[in-house]
Amino acid sequence: MINVKGNIPLAENMNSPKTGPNKQINITAKKRLGNWGEYKTGFLFASPWIIGLLVFYAIPLFSSIYFSFTSYSILQPGEFVGLENYKNLMNDELFWKSVYNTVYFAVFYVPLGIIFGVALAMMLNMKVKGMAVYRTIFFLPTLVPHVALAVLWMWLLNPGFGLVNGVLSTIGIDGPSWLGSETWSKPSLILMSLWGIGQAVVIYLAGLGDIPEDYYDAAEVDGANWFQKTFHITIPLLTPVIFFNLVMGIIGAFQQFTLPYTLTQGKGTPANSLTFYVMYLYDNGFKFFKMGYASAMAWVLFVIIMALTAFVFITSKRWVHYQGK
Amino acid sequence: MDGTRKKKVTRFSAHLVLIIASFFFMIPFIWMVSTSLKPLTQVFTFPPEWIPKPVKWSNYIDAMNYIPFFTYLKNTTIITLVSTIGAVLSCPIVAYSFAKLKWPGRNILFIITIGVMMIPGQVTMIPLFLLFEKLGLVGTPYPLIIPAFFGIPFYIFLLRQFFMGLPDSLREAAKIDGASEFRIYWQIMLPLAKPAVLAVGLFQFMASWTDFIGPLLYLTDSVQYTLSLGLQQFQSQKGSEWGLMMAVSTMMTVPVIILFFFLQKTFIKGITFSGIK
Repeated sequence: MINVKGNIPLAENMNSPKTGPNKQINITAKKRLGNWGEYKTGFLFASPWIIGLLVFYAIPLFSSIYFSFTSYSILQPGEFVGLENYKNLMNDELFWKSVYNTVYFAVFYVPLGIIFGVALAMMLNMKVKGMAVYRTIFFLPTLVPHVALAVLWMWLLNPGFGLVNGVLSTIGIDGPSWLGSETWSKPSLILMSLWGIGQAVVIYLAGLGDIPEDYYDAAEVDGANWFQKTFHITIPLLTPVIFFNLVMGIIGAFQQFTLPYTLTQGKGTPANSLTFYVMYLYDNGFKFFKMGYASAMAWVLFVIIMALTAFVFITSKRWVHYQGK
Repeated sequence: MDGTRKKKVTRFSAHLVLIIASFFFMIPFIWMVSTSLKPLTQVFTFPPEWIPKPVKWSNYIDAMNYIPFFTYLKNTTIITLVSTIGAVLSCPIVAYSFAKLKWPGRNILFIITIGVMMIPGQVTMIPLFLLFEKLGLVGTPYPLIIPAFFGIPFYIFLLRQFFMGLPDSLREAAKIDGASEFRIYWQIMLPLAKPAVLAVGLFQFMASWTDFIGPLLYLTDSVQYTLSLGLQQFQSQKGSEWGLMMAVSTMMTVPVIILFFFLQKTFIKGITFSGIK
């Protein structure tokens, strides 16, 4: 599905017929029975993951469905309560608030992340000296621990002595109290998160490296300018990677946790404007020990992410271009 | 304008744009290092002073005494190294099996693997926590290490893409020479996949080194804390020790920067998106 090239080969290179008539019989027999040796090795090589998939994904996934229908808490064994957790969610004001906050974040962060990510990657793909240094610098914010980043931003955006409002005041603008204001706390967080797009940029860079140089040479011969080369070669050929990062970006945005958690010490202040979905899920599960309720939340999140991803997959046929197609 | 002059102008403007943009991306790092060398009274002054005066080197010593720094460093290092080894051992062999070996069910299993990437960690977080609790492993670093040995979908996906790009003829030639499947993998395919394996190793190293939610969930005793959890201890009711906190953050960041700087070329090369080359 996410295979960026879009080709999950199903039966490629089945024992290609070798020469010689007497060999032919052998191969047909082999084909019918299958190559047991290879089956066994293949399965054996994949077995760590088959176990991992079962233990760390499948079983937890199915238990989570079950828990979501119970009143399970760490303190007492759960009782089956049917759809009660889900019904309660619908009437939970803070749940809706966390949905709103998360969707707000995703709607701005995901597209902006793609625009800035691609632009940055293109800059970091230029052939100039010292590129290793530049690339490392762009990666820096993703390496700084979130706790440290959170503190930095609290200071930069402090209404009294912060750098941002200090700069704004020199041009006569009275800056808001950013993280202290319900209106500005989310835009602030989006800005902070955009700083950490280094990881996506690395993936774009890999994608840019895959674009054949001859395409540009040919375009140059035809007298194409920078703008034409960017929008007729680079961007279209990068769409498979953009698609990959879009899916990853959606998943990441809906799972936003560490930054707002450390920034607000888990409180989501001011007025829960930074209470993100997963933060509220974490609170329910591990602070209030409402494991059943938290499991229901996890499932709602799963459904939302699946629906969005499916939507992106369906629309991707219109805008993702694969080389050679 | 002649060709060389035009080239020079382009190169100059490229550097200019890169330098201006770099500046913005360096702010958090510069600020972190600068704060790590400041006395507490100077941290929040306005206008901000980027160069601390006096430079307080003692913050680094004080930070190491404020929290059990070396214990946390040891814990972080062990968890990071072992889980990286786990990912690097398990993911390539699984990916190789998906890419190069034919066995029934491998395609459906690969599709499931991709699907699993879309499950938010929070869905499995609670049952996994309960599983590890039943096994008596909550309060130990094992829950942060063991899963890596059983494969991680994102890395399996990346590595599979890479293996797909390696020619089948290599394997067939070795087979004719009588090499076992494992030997082909270990001595021929794995060395060729070095850039991709390195990329996976670096991804896992960074993820594990700065992981916050994992240690927050599973480590209960402060003797087992990692550095990223330890950072929180600088914020207390008595007030926060910003300088000391940033000293530890700096010490945490520098090794990864060095690692990235030297490996970035191989690292980027290791991520391929073309199934067939």
